[in-house]
Amino acid sequence: MAEAAKAGSAAQAPLPTWPDEIYRVLKDAGIRQVAMVPDAGHSRLIRSFEADPETRVVTLTTEEEGVAMLAGAWLGGERGVLLLQSSGVGNCINMLSLPVICHMPLLMIVTMRGDWGEFNPWQIPMGQGTRPSLEAMGVIVNKVDDPDLVASTVQGAAHLAFNTWKPVAVLLGQRVLGAKNFKELARK
Amino acid sequence: MTANPNALLNRRDVVNELVRDRADLLVIAGLGAPNWDVSAAGDHANNFPLWGAMGGASMIGLGLALAQPKRKVLVITGDGELLMNVGSLAPIAVEAPKNLTIAVLDNERFGETGMQKTPTASGVDLAAIATACGIRTSRIVRTMAEVTELRELAHEGRGTAFAQIKINPEALPFVMPPADGVILTSRFRQSVLGDESLFN
Repeated sequence: MAEAAKAGSAAQAPLPTWPDEIYRVLKDAGIRQVAMVPDAGHSRLIRSFEADPETRVVTLTTEEEGVAMLAGAWLGGERGVLLLQSSGVGNCINMLSLPVICHMPLLMIVTMRGDWGEFNPWQIPMGQGTRPSLEAMGVIVNKVDDPDLVASTVQGAAHLAFNTWKPVAVLLGQRVLGAKNFKELARK
Repeated sequence: MTANPNALLNRRDVVNELVRDRADLLVIAGLGAPNWDVSAAGDHANNFPLWGAMGGASMIGLGLALAQPKRKVLVITGDGELLMNVGSLAPIAVEAPKNLTIAVLDNERFGETGMQKTPTASGVDLAAIATACGIRTSRIVRTMAEVTELRELAHEGRGTAFAQIKINPEALPFVMPPADGVILTSRFRQSVLGDESLFN
């Protein structure tokens, strides 16, 4: 745990392996479209997809666009993933009606703020509201706080989403990502 | 030629022309009147008419166009719907699928809620926004001849195209497609992807 926290706040720390594991799991799940509003926690995974000629990485202006885009992908027979932060979940709420009412799969991987170790009070409302907001809209939520369980959690979520046509979100907690500390970063 | 150059087009004439001889054209219809217009032109398995998801029609079109690069995708939506997520023109311009056309039926009104004016009534130029985002084939359409040109662009798929079509703000009879999203999704996928789609 201490190592994970350090990895998130120190640029020179050894790279965590779970982003590469997520990439492999998503490739195995047949992901072809990656819709995202970036987050530092997703940056390594995004680079892997950008280097992959089989996947299309689409940079959104707001996360709800990704919910709609991946509905279109499913209509056309392709699978996708939405990469976003907890704050972006707030932008998605009404658009989640689409996969819920149409029984479409939607796989969301959400990096958390306003969670364990948070320093910025403005991140708390949406961070604490992420899970209940998603669940209120009918999204199945799996949260992971142990780096060793990230890959299996994403794999299980992908199977659940694409085999049962449900929206499923994996929340990557700040125990996995490391709690960002801007004051510490500013001193470097 | 019509006597009045400022005459507005009839929305159902426009949609009938856009989907005329549609072959295997795929159509996403935005919520509200564009949904009823597309349905009035004829219910079709290759239509995906939205009853909600306001602001999502163009991005559904993008995801579909990327997934089906050999098929032509036409999004028919309204000015209010497009304005709700006008930022989506940025990723669409960046991805620039050749097989995607977005036709905005612009009556300058929120038609389903009592005809309140939208920002386009005050001159907001959606075609200019699309151009500024980088969609090069982007225009305001005021005549049926231009609608026919737009139809050719949509059916031929020579590049991402965007049109803001000035239409009459009239309320026309409702013509509704199935409302069940599961039916709409399943029949669309079965039509486009075949029976295999029923088995994941």
